[in-house]
Amino acid sequence: MAIEVRIPTILRTYTDGEKAVQGSGDTLAELFTDLDSRHSGIEARIVDEGKLRRFVNVYLNDEDVRFLDGISTKLADGDSVTILPAVAGGSV
Amino acid sequence: MLSGMLTITQALYDQIVAHAREDHPDEACGVVAGPVGEGRPERFIPMLNAARSPTFYEFDSGDLLKLYREMDDRDEEPVIVYHSHTATEAYPSRTDITYANEPGAHYVLVSTADADGAGEFQFRSYRIVEGEVTEEEVEVVQAY
Repeated sequence: MAIEVRIPTILRTYTDGEKAVQGSGDTLAELFTDLDSRHSGIEARIVDEGKLRRFVNVYLNDEDVRFLDGISTKLADGDSVTILPAVAGGSV
Repeated sequence: MLSGMLTITQALYDQIVAHAREDHPDEACGVVAGPVGEGRPERFIPMLNAARSPTFYEFDSGDLLKLYREMDDRDEEPVIVYHSHTATEAYPSRTDITYANEPGAHYVLVSTADADGAGEFQFRSYRIVEGEVTEEEVEVVQAY
C-alpha cells in the first residue's frame, strides 16, 4: 500500500532533502509511524500526544484532515498526503 | 549594523503597506513569491487572515494548500512572508517566532499602529531561523 507524502521545506532535513517520500499505513497515524522508521524524528514534528499538532496542516488529497477523521483518517492505496506547517503568528 | 538585506521594488512595498492598511485593525498577511533560489520577490499574493483578529493571523488551510501547489507548479518559493501588527511595533512576537517555518524567507512586518494618525508606517524585515531573529536592511528599488 503506497502513499505519496509531500514534505514541506522545514521537514526535509529528515528526508535527505526529498520533497516527496513513500509510506504505508491504513491510517494517518500508521503512516507517520511508518515514515518515522525511515526518517527518524519526523513523527514528533507532526504528532504530539497522539494528536496532530495544532499548527501543522495535513491534507489527504485536497482535504484538510481536520475535516475528516484527523489522525485516524483512513488511507487507501494511491492516496497523496501533503504536510504543510501553518503560516501563522500574531502580535502577542 | 544589520546583516543581510531585503531588496524589494517600490510597487511591491506599496502593495504590502496598502494591504496592511486596508485590513487594519485586523492583522493582514500574505506572501511575495519568487523563482526558487533567486531570492527575488516578484509575485504579490495577499492572503485572507482566517483568524480575522487584531492580534493573530493564520492563512486559511485550504488557501495554504492552493498557494503551495501553485508555487510548486511555477517553480516559486515564498521569498517574503508578511503580516501586520496593528497596535505594536514591527518586531516579531514570541508567537511569530514560534510559528516561523520558512527559514529561507524574509519575514516582513508592517506596523499600522499609528494608522489613525496616518503617520509613517514601519516596514521592517527579518530572518527567523530556529527561533533566532535577525533584522536586515530593506532596500527599496524602482526595478530589479
